Amino acid sequence: MKVKVIVTLKNGVLDPQGKAIQQTLNGMTFDNVSEVRQGKYFDIEVNESDENKAKSQVEKMCKKLLANLVIEDYKIL
Amino acid sequence: MKSSVIIFPGSNCDRDMDVALKKFGFENQMVWHNDVEIPKSDLIVLPGGFSYGDYLRCGSIAGKSRIIKSVINFANSGGLVLGICNGFQILTETGLLPGILQQNKYLNFICKNVFVKIKNKENKYFKNIKKEVLELHIAHNEGNYFCSNDELKSIEDNGQIAVTYCDDKGNDDENNNPNGAIKNIAGIFNKNKNILGMMPHPERMIDPFLSGEDGSLFFENLIGSM
Repeated sequence: MKVKVIVTLKNGVLDPQGKAIQQTLNGMTFDNVSEVRQGKYFDIEVNESDENKAKSQVEKMCKKLLANLVIEDYKIL
Repeated sequence: MKSSVIIFPGSNCDRDMDVALKKFGFENQMVWHNDVEIPKSDLIVLPGGFSYGDYLRCGSIAGKSRIIKSVINFANSGGLVLGICNGFQILTETGLLPGILQQNKYLNFICKNVFVKIKNKENKYFKNIKKEVLELHIAHNEGNYFCSNDELKSIEDNGQIAVTYCDDKGNDDENNNPNGAIKNIAGIFNKNKNILGMMPHPERMIDPFLSGEDGSLFFENLIGSM
């Protein structure tokens, strides 16, 4: 089954790319954009039919590799 | 003294490091990332570059490579492990050093000479260096050191800050911070001071005709203190 994961920077961690995107959007007349936070999205195909098992495996992947918990949070969708 | 430089796909300072280590008397060998064991060494160096194309996060894939278990075992048994630039990023990704190197604050790749202040000389890496400020070279896009407040307090309390960015007089304030690193941190140790990760490249400052000689002071001290 396919498991989807989003990794984002924790609140309060500087995101200079997000800031640059926000400023560019403001410059493109999207004046009402006050903040952009950039993240990563993963589509993971796991050869496992049990959804709970697959998600618990993906959770381990997040902790060990996909996210660096010093600055990032992960969310399994 | 025997040293080993680990080569990852995308490393590009491995041979400069080899030249530098040999120049100051190390018997150096190059070790491929897909090997399992490291030959007997007194020092292991993780060189600069772009291991695995900086995919996912800088150093994250190298931090899970086949050779890395041997590096971790060597480090945990007290062996000297030096990570320069991408090597520093790998050391934080393995958890051997706290914190992480984020993208530079102003989103630019920085390639220039900088001054760094030696903050702790009670270790083999800086013990007998007479200078307080060294001129070294940096070249990185992700050198913005970050850690939690609790972690910062702990590394400060344990004297784990190795070098900080400063001016030629040693003022390590925000005006002399090239990349936004917390507390101007350019390099840190682990608690036992056998592991050093730093963004500046000492191996690029070993020839007065090409660059400068402050890197020579680093390597001369290192082999002398082992």
